[in-house]
Amino acid sequence: MSKLATYRRSPIALIVLLFLGLTFTGTAYAAFQPTAPTDAYSAANAAEDVDDVEAGQKLFLANCASCHGKNAEGNGTAGPSLAGVGSAAVDFQVGTGRMPLAAPGVQAPSDPNAVNFSDQEIAQLGAFVDSIGPGPGLPDEEYIDLANADIANGGKIFRTNCAMCHNSSAQGGALTRGKFAPDLMNVEPKHMYEAMLTGPQSMPVFNDYTITPQEKEDVIAFVVNIQEGGNSFGGHDLGSLGPAGDAVFVWTFGVALLVGAAVWLGRKAA
Amino acid sequence: MTTIPQGAHAVRDQSAAATETTADDADPKLPPPVVYLDERFGVAKGFGLFKKVFPDHWSFLLGEIAMYSLIICLITGTFLTFWFVPSMGHVIYDGSFVPLKGVGMSEAYASTLDISFDIKGGLLIRQLHHWAALLFIVGIALHVARVFFTGAFRKPRELNWVIGTVLSLLACVEGFAGYSLPDDLLSGTGIRAMNGFMSSAPVIGTYMTFFVFGGEFPGESIIPRLYIAHVLLIPAILVGLFAVHIFLVFWHKHTQYPGPGRTNTNVVGFPLLPVYTAKAGGFFFIVFGITALISALVTINPVWAYGPYDPGQVTAGSQPDFYMWFSDGALRLLPGWLEFELWGFTWSFNIFLGSLLLLPLVWTILGVYPFIEQWITGDKREHHLLDRPRNAPVRTAVGAAAISMYLVLAIATINDIIAIKLHLSINDITVALRVLFFVLPVIVFMVVKRLCLSLQRADRETVLHGTESGRIMRTPEGRFYEVHEELNEFDRWHLVQHEAQRPLSLTAGPDTDEYGVDRPVGPLESLRRKLSDFYFKDRIEPVTPSELAAAHHHGEAEALPGGTAQAIEESVDRADETAGLRSDDRH
Repeated sequence: MSKLATYRRSPIALIVLLFLGLTFTGTAYAAFQPTAPTDAYSAANAAEDVDDVEAGQKLFLANCASCHGKNAEGNGTAGPSLAGVGSAAVDFQVGTGRMPLAAPGVQAPSDPNAVNFSDQEIAQLGAFVDSIGPGPGLPDEEYIDLANADIANGGKIFRTNCAMCHNSSAQGGALTRGKFAPDLMNVEPKHMYEAMLTGPQSMPVFNDYTITPQEKEDVIAFVVNIQEGGNSFGGHDLGSLGPAGDAVFVWTFGVALLVGAAVWLGRKAA
Repeated sequence: MTTIPQGAHAVRDQSAAATETTADDADPKLPPPVVYLDERFGVAKGFGLFKKVFPDHWSFLLGEIAMYSLIICLITGTFLTFWFVPSMGHVIYDGSFVPLKGVGMSEAYASTLDISFDIKGGLLIRQLHHWAALLFIVGIALHVARVFFTGAFRKPRELNWVIGTVLSLLACVEGFAGYSLPDDLLSGTGIRAMNGFMSSAPVIGTYMTFFVFGGEFPGESIIPRLYIAHVLLIPAILVGLFAVHIFLVFWHKHTQYPGPGRTNTNVVGFPLLPVYTAKAGGFFFIVFGITALISALVTINPVWAYGPYDPGQVTAGSQPDFYMWFSDGALRLLPGWLEFELWGFTWSFNIFLGSLLLLPLVWTILGVYPFIEQWITGDKREHHLLDRPRNAPVRTAVGAAAISMYLVLAIATINDIIAIKLHLSINDITVALRVLFFVLPVIVFMVVKRLCLSLQRADRETVLHGTESGRIMRTPEGRFYEVHEELNEFDRWHLVQHEAQRPLSLTAGPDTDEYGVDRPVGPLESLRRKLSDFYFKDRIEPVTPSELAAAHHHGEAEALPGGTAQAIEESVDRADETAGLRSDDRH
C-alpha cells in the first residue's frame, strides 16, 4: 500500500480533493479559453453637424482614443483605423455595447447592459468618425419599419447568405478559434441592417448591390418573425439546436422516464 | 399439453380416438371460437406458449422499449404515408405557414409542411413518429448494453446476438432514410454527406453515386428511392428479423440473474399468461403514453425552420440524428492531410476512414465479439445464468472503453455547438477530442477494471466477515471488538455463486512435455494464450465453502461465548450445503 493511500481516510482528504478538482477545472478552462488573435481586426465609428463633430470628438478622446488613436487613425493591434467605417458602424458597435471594448478577446461580444451612451451621444460619436473619412450612414427608417417586407423572400436570402454562420433559425454558430456568429434573438432591426451594411468583426459586408435595402428589410422581417415566435410550433423548441437538442432530451428525460417506468414495473409484485 | 387431445392437431396424429372426435367432445372449459379454430388449425397446441415462464427484472424490459417503439413507428408511419408525397417534383408552396409562402420546393417538403400545418393531428403524429424512432434506437442501445455486460450473448445465444447486431444496423439505416425524406435543408445536407461518403470509395465511388442518385447529385430519384427503402424494404427485413429474434428468445428461454434456486437448467419467474401478458401489455401502454406525452410537449425536427433543400445553402449547427453522430464526428476529427493525390487520382481517406470503413467496422466488431470471447475462453458450455458485470472485469472494462471511444466520436459531431455554448475554441475542442479518442478508452479500461476487481474484493470481504453491525462487545478479559453480522445464505448466494475464469496459461498445462521439450504452440494459439492472460490474469476468486468455514473459525467466533460458537458451526454447515448446490449446477 502506497503512502498516499494511508491518507485517504483523513478528514481533510475531501477538502484537498475538492480543492485539486476545482484548481484543475479552472486551470483547464483557462488553458482552453480562446486567446486573442495577434492581428485583431475590428471595425468601429461615423459624421454630421459641426457641433456634433466637436461633441463627438470629446467623447471619442475620452472613450475610444486609447485604442483607436487620437484622430481615429488606428493604433497597431490595439484598434484599427476608423477612417471610412461610417456612422452605421459606430451606431452598431456602440449601440450594441460591443464598443468600448471591455477586455481584449477573440471578438467583442454584444452586451445590452454595457451601452453607456445616449442615442444622442452615439450620433455625435458617429458624426466625428464620419468627419474623418465618410462611410455608410445610418439606415433609412423606411427599411427598418418592416412595413413592406416579404418574409418568405427574406427567408430565402437568409438561408443563402446568413444561415451558414447564424443558423437557419438565427441561433448563431461557431467560427474558428473561439470566434462565433452570435444568435440574433435579441438584435434590433436597426442593428441588423447596420451589421449587413458594415460587416462587423468576422462578418462579410453585404452592401446595397449584393443585398438591396428592400431585401435587407425582408431578411430583418424574417428574423424578427422568428424572434416573435413565428417558428414555434409543436411544443418546446429545446433551444432550436437541431438534432443535438433532441439527443440530449431523449438521453436524459426520455431514458429517465422509460427506465424509471421499467424499474417500477419490474419491482411490481406479480 | 396432454389435456386437449381433440382438434386438427390430433387428426394429424392419426390416433383412432382422435379421428372420431367431434366438437361435442371438446373440453367444456374452452370457449366455442377456440374449439372452432382448434378443429381447423390446431391452435390449442399453441396454448403451451402461454405457460412459458419469464424471469422478472427491470433490465429485461429495455428490449421491450425498443419493441414497442418500433410498433409505434409502424402505426404512425402508416398514417404519414397517407399524405406524404415522395417526389422531388418542383412546386410553389401555398399552405398556411406564412414564412414559406410562395417559395419553390419539392413536393416531398411541401407535403411534409402540409402534414405539419394543414392536416389534423399531423404534426403530433409526425413528432410521435420521430420521437418513437429515437426511442427505438435508445431502447436498442440500452438493450445491447444489458446483454453485453451481463454476458447474455454467450452460447447458445451467439447467433441471436448477431441478428440483434443486424437489427441495430438496420434501425440506424432506417432512421437515416426516414429523416432524409422531408427534403428540408438539414436532411438534404445529410444526403449530401451520404453522397460524399460514397464518392470517397476508391475507384468505384463516382459510379456508385451515379447509380444511387440516378445521375448527378441531387437529381430527382433519391427521395423516391429512399422512400421505398424506408417504408417497404428495410421495415420488411427489420420486422422479419425481429420476429426471428423474439422467437429465439422463446426458443432458448429467457436468461436469468443468478440467485438462490436459479440454475442453468431452470427458469424462475412467472408464466406469460396472465402475469406477463398483463405486465408486457401494460408496458406497451406506458411506452406509448410517455412517447405521446413527449411528442405533445416537445418539438422534434421542425422542418419548417430549416427551409427547403437547396444544394447552394447550408445551416450552421448541422448534424444528423444522434445514432449517426459517431460517423459524422469521425469526419470532423480526421485530419485533412488524409486526402492526397496518387497516380492521378484523389484518395479521400479523410472521408473514407470515417464513413465507408468505420460504419461497417463498428457493427462487425459488435457482431463478432461473442465468438472472439468464446475463442479466448474456450468455454463451449451453455450459459443461461447471467454474469454480474463485476464478475467479468475485463469484458466489462472492454465494453466501457468501447463506449467511451464511441462517445468521443459522437461528441465531436457537436463540437460547434459546444464551442458556442461554452465559449471555447472549436479548434481546441477538435484537438482535445483527437487526443481523447486514443487516451480515454485506455483510462476508462483501467478504471473500470479496477472498479470491478474492487467490488469483487468487497464482495469477498462481506462474505467472509459479514457486515459491520455497529455493536461493540467487550470480552471478560477486556478485549473490545465489533460484532459483524453474518449474511444469511440467500444474500450470500449472490456473492459466491459465480466461477472465476482462469487464464489458459494456468489451465492448459505446462508448456513443455514430459521430456522437458517445449510444446510447439502455433502463432494463433500463442495469441489466444496472451489474450486469455489479458482477460483473466487479474481475478478475484469467489469465496469457497472451506474459506468461509475457516474465516468463521478464525474470526470473531473464538471470542464468542460457547452458545454462539455452536450457532456459527451450524451456519458453516448451512454454507457448505449452499456451496454444494453450487457445485451441482456446474457440471
